[in-house]
Amino acid sequence: MENNQMEAVKKSNPAAKVLMYIFLVFWALVNLFPIYFMFTFSLKSNEEIFGSNIIGLPKEWLWSNYVTALNTGNMALYFVNSLLVTTLAIAISLIAAMMATYAITRIKWGLNKLTNAFFMLGLTIPIQASIVPVYVVLSKMHWLNKYSTLIVPYSAFALSMSILICTGFMVEIPYALDEAARIDGCGLAETFFRIILPLMKPAVSTVGVYSYLQCWNEFMFANVFISDSKHRTLPVGIKALSGQHTTDWGPIGAALVIATFPTLGFYLFLSGKIQESFIAGAVKG
Amino acid sequence: MKSKIDVKKGITVFLFLLPGLALFISILIAPIAVSVYRSMYDWNGFSEGTFIGFANYIELFTNGSIKFMTGLKNSMILAFFSVFVQLPFALFLALLLGRKPKKERAFLSIFFMPVLISTVVIGQLWLKIYNPDYGLLNRFLDAVHLGDWKHVWVGDVKTALGSVIVPTVWQYIGYHMLLMYAGVKGVSTDLREAAMLDGATPWQVDRYIVIPVIKPIIRVSVIFAVTGSLKTYDLVRILTEGGPFQSTEVPSTLLENMLFLRNRYGMGSTISVMLIILCFAFALLITAAFREKDE
Repeated sequence: MENNQMEAVKKSNPAAKVLMYIFLVFWALVNLFPIYFMFTFSLKSNEEIFGSNIIGLPKEWLWSNYVTALNTGNMALYFVNSLLVTTLAIAISLIAAMMATYAITRIKWGLNKLTNAFFMLGLTIPIQASIVPVYVVLSKMHWLNKYSTLIVPYSAFALSMSILICTGFMVEIPYALDEAARIDGCGLAETFFRIILPLMKPAVSTVGVYSYLQCWNEFMFANVFISDSKHRTLPVGIKALSGQHTTDWGPIGAALVIATFPTLGFYLFLSGKIQESFIAGAVKG
Repeated sequence: MKSKIDVKKGITVFLFLLPGLALFISILIAPIAVSVYRSMYDWNGFSEGTFIGFANYIELFTNGSIKFMTGLKNSMILAFFSVFVQLPFALFLALLLGRKPKKERAFLSIFFMPVLISTVVIGQLWLKIYNPDYGLLNRFLDAVHLGDWKHVWVGDVKTALGSVIVPTVWQYIGYHMLLMYAGVKGVSTDLREAAMLDGATPWQVDRYIVIPVIKPIIRVSVIFAVTGSLKTYDLVRILTEGGPFQSTEVPSTLLENMLFLRNRYGMGSTISVMLIILCFAFALLITAAFREKDE
């Protein structure tokens, strides 16, 4: 009887099921189209794009658009800048977050909860909130247009989320390990470096991918703080490039692909991890 | 003896917190304090400035040339579409994927993809779609003989705001879908199956079992959608630069204008502070609204 009912439920409405798949495939195409569009027009000449072949595959694959974007469009430089800024910002915020999380979750000293709540304020504070004073201070100190102009704020803005995610991982580590270490004569600092840190490896990638996306794609601070072309990151570089090449779409397409492919590459291999980090970031926030 | 250990422990705690606190306080907390202080000054960023109390706040809401009310209105329109179009759509997708279709993971990963792409890239792509002469949209309209509907999408006051809203709403559907999907997956299969055995249709299961369970996630999504709309900047800067005739300005673009076009750093700080207040106020309001509903 029960089995029959289950069967009935499963078999119910094959039309609805077909509709569901049609819809899912349709929405998948809508979401894949921009990537397809970007990739194909990055390889076309203006004649093709402005002519009849706006959405088809390129008739002639113009890799020279990439050469133009990388050399005359400076995208190679912007790519390296983005890589440098992002990597250092992730490293700094990760180290600071690991240390802070250790002090918050594994040492009892009275103000643990308050300190944590203080850091968590950063989850709700909009990045715009501090832009005016930070800009004024940096410009008075002649500190605009350097790599560190972006690295320091980026690490600060990634910090709250990193602490949140690290906390989730660190409380899972059994406290008996700390006690055992203490009995063996390890101090608090030694316990952190020798016992806890090696066990936090899974957290590194979760925090890393989240911070990576935040920094790699950041536009507002970069746009306001960086005005010279030597220190531009990819998002600002793309904006500048599109201003110069308003009539030449191919190289702009190439620039868009250059800015996007590392992310999509990561995503191809780490989609589960990336999704997990977004969920970890939101569920408690 | 004990106090000596305490001192040592205190020093360790301090040293461990130092890098985090230094970053956090110098880049976030102290600047906000300065913003609040400077929001009460007529200040060009370099002189001492003059204290003018709440005059900036009053001017913000009364002086039409600052366009703050336009910016706020645009943000609210975006928030409206986010909450009433983006979120229901995201929920619908999450519920569909929750029914374990074939290739569930692949669909999930594809639907989430736009979230990962930089808004600047998304903006550039949409500029190519909106381009009046060669853009996909106008050429599509030509192809289906709806040439009359063609517009200079981002340059026409009537369509500019819509041109910003469509990509913004689209890009983050996947984000909310992922959060809700995680919640949907958390609903125990026993509960689902029990309801199915009692003769509930899949829609009834979603309506009476799944949605109530994931309500806390929906609340988080609503908060993110509204505060995200208040903070929006990237797509406006790329697609319309706040134009035409400042009709698509949002608080963040106005804030930038105050610094670079008008040298009004005091007013810029005022906009910053208003943004913080609005974000927190909406977060509290939404939380309260959800609590009300529960009772």
